[in-house]
Amino acid sequence: MDPDAEEQMFAAVIAADEKIEPRDWMPDGYRSSLIRQMAQHAHSEVIGMQPEANWILRAPTLLRKAILIAKVQDEAGHGLYLYSAAETLGVSRDELQRLLHSGRQKYSSIFNYPTLSWADMGTIGWLVDGAAIVNQIVLQRTSYGPYSRAMVKICKEESFHARQGYSIMMTLVDGSEEQKAMAQDAIDRWWWPALMMFGPHDSESSHTEQSMAWKIKRITNDDLRQMFIDQTVPQAHYLGLTIPDPELAFDEETGHWNIGEIDWEEFWATIQGDGPLNRERIAHKTKAWDDGRWVREGASGYAAKNRSLDKSA
Amino acid sequence: MNTITTQSPLATYIVRHADDNVIIGQRLAEYISRAPELEEDLAVANFALDHIGVANHLYTYAASVDGGQSDADALAMMRSEREFTNLLLVEQPHSDFGELMARQFLFDAYQVGLWGALSESSDETISGISQRAVKEAAYHLRHSSGWVIRLGDGTQESHDRMQSGIDRMWRYTEELFFSDELDQEMARAAIGVDPAILRTDWERVVDDVLEEATLTRPSDPYQTGGGRSGGHTEHLGKLLAEMQWMQRSYPGMTW
Repeated sequence: MDPDAEEQMFAAVIAADEKIEPRDWMPDGYRSSLIRQMAQHAHSEVIGMQPEANWILRAPTLLRKAILIAKVQDEAGHGLYLYSAAETLGVSRDELQRLLHSGRQKYSSIFNYPTLSWADMGTIGWLVDGAAIVNQIVLQRTSYGPYSRAMVKICKEESFHARQGYSIMMTLVDGSEEQKAMAQDAIDRWWWPALMMFGPHDSESSHTEQSMAWKIKRITNDDLRQMFIDQTVPQAHYLGLTIPDPELAFDEETGHWNIGEIDWEEFWATIQGDGPLNRERIAHKTKAWDDGRWVREGASGYAAKNRSLDKSA
Repeated sequence: MNTITTQSPLATYIVRHADDNVIIGQRLAEYISRAPELEEDLAVANFALDHIGVANHLYTYAASVDGGQSDADALAMMRSEREFTNLLLVEQPHSDFGELMARQFLFDAYQVGLWGALSESSDETISGISQRAVKEAAYHLRHSSGWVIRLGDGTQESHDRMQSGIDRMWRYTEELFFSDELDQEMARAAIGVDPAILRTDWERVVDDVLEEATLTRPSDPYQTGGGRSGGHTEHLGKLLAEMQWMQRSYPGMTW
């Protein structure tokens, strides 16, 4: 096929809302945008294991411990899934990991905040996974086939994550004064960072316009954020928790909740590596990788020996 | 809150096995997000879940045997170091993946025999829990022995580290087969098993795997024990301090 025809085919598939598959021709920019976004998504799942693993050992009951382990295990699974989907674009998991470790690829800014109480496990499930679901439900319709299909599976598990988070919050607000205070303190710390998960305002987002045209992204940052706010505010009220925003108000005309201004300085600082725990998160990940080198080498050494044994047999 | 203790011999017997599982589950859970590959994070989390699940079933049963005055979480979270009756092997910390796998392998080989025998228990609840646990243990053993073999027969470094993991954990293996009066009483009643009879099969599995892994069975004769009567190494107290922190700091609350 000549280059013009390939480009027209690509445009036609996008226009018809069909999926681009790994072997299809695609513009270099489409490929690199997808690699960036999918890698960032995979890295977020993997780095996101740390703030929750921080509470596994201290979980208050055996059942909560088991649920939290299962959740962190799902995150490792989602990471694997997304790395595999990214590998269909001709990049290896090891290479993506190197880019993460060296700070050249990002992960969601939310995971740079510390988890300081058990209520944070509830808030992460409720707000952070809740925000992720809003984003990921839309991504099920993304134009790249492997990414879209990975999202379908991941969304199912995420809804269990959000429900277990909300269940922790329900238990806390039904509990003692100390437990209620713990729940309020958690939403005070996590509310704004959760809103930042949707990224900068559309007017400041360098990737939005092109990603929307390619249907990688289907809804803009600001619209997704608004969907999340509208679904979450009533849940907070139901729990009897106060959202830490004095300007929060319901707009009767639009039917939406309006919020005060997000602290974009904090957002950009965290994205650029100067959030509360950016250095610790990457150091933890890099240490695990370095500590595991001898294990991976041992396994490869064993596999190589056994391949040569097979040949000689 | 009053100290939680078991009353009947049966509950005491069940709790010692629950303790083994909750403690090794906690040790495995420490490793989540620290594994050499994502696949191994998944596997370690899976095994931690299995062990904690078994512990939860056993504690729940022990509490009901004693008349329901206590529950699984109280047994796990409100007993002290001297009241825990787990084997010393499971409370040992790991300094690397080799030690973690050595501990797991030696314990898995024991648990396959244990659950196999307890599947025949005249106590239906113990038998039911064991029939499920034996399948999980067989799967754990396949995984851990696979790693012992791969690392033992991998590179020089992986061989040396795997050997040193086995050497480090070996001194707690005699204790797996100690039998005390309670074990013998439970064995006589056909409820439990005398651990001494599990030894031959364990030795065979361990020797076979070590041989295939080109590893050496440790020759240091030093062995230690005492876990079943609450005589622990210094590591258990710190593990419990972390595991029990919430229940001890906020007693009597629902989570």
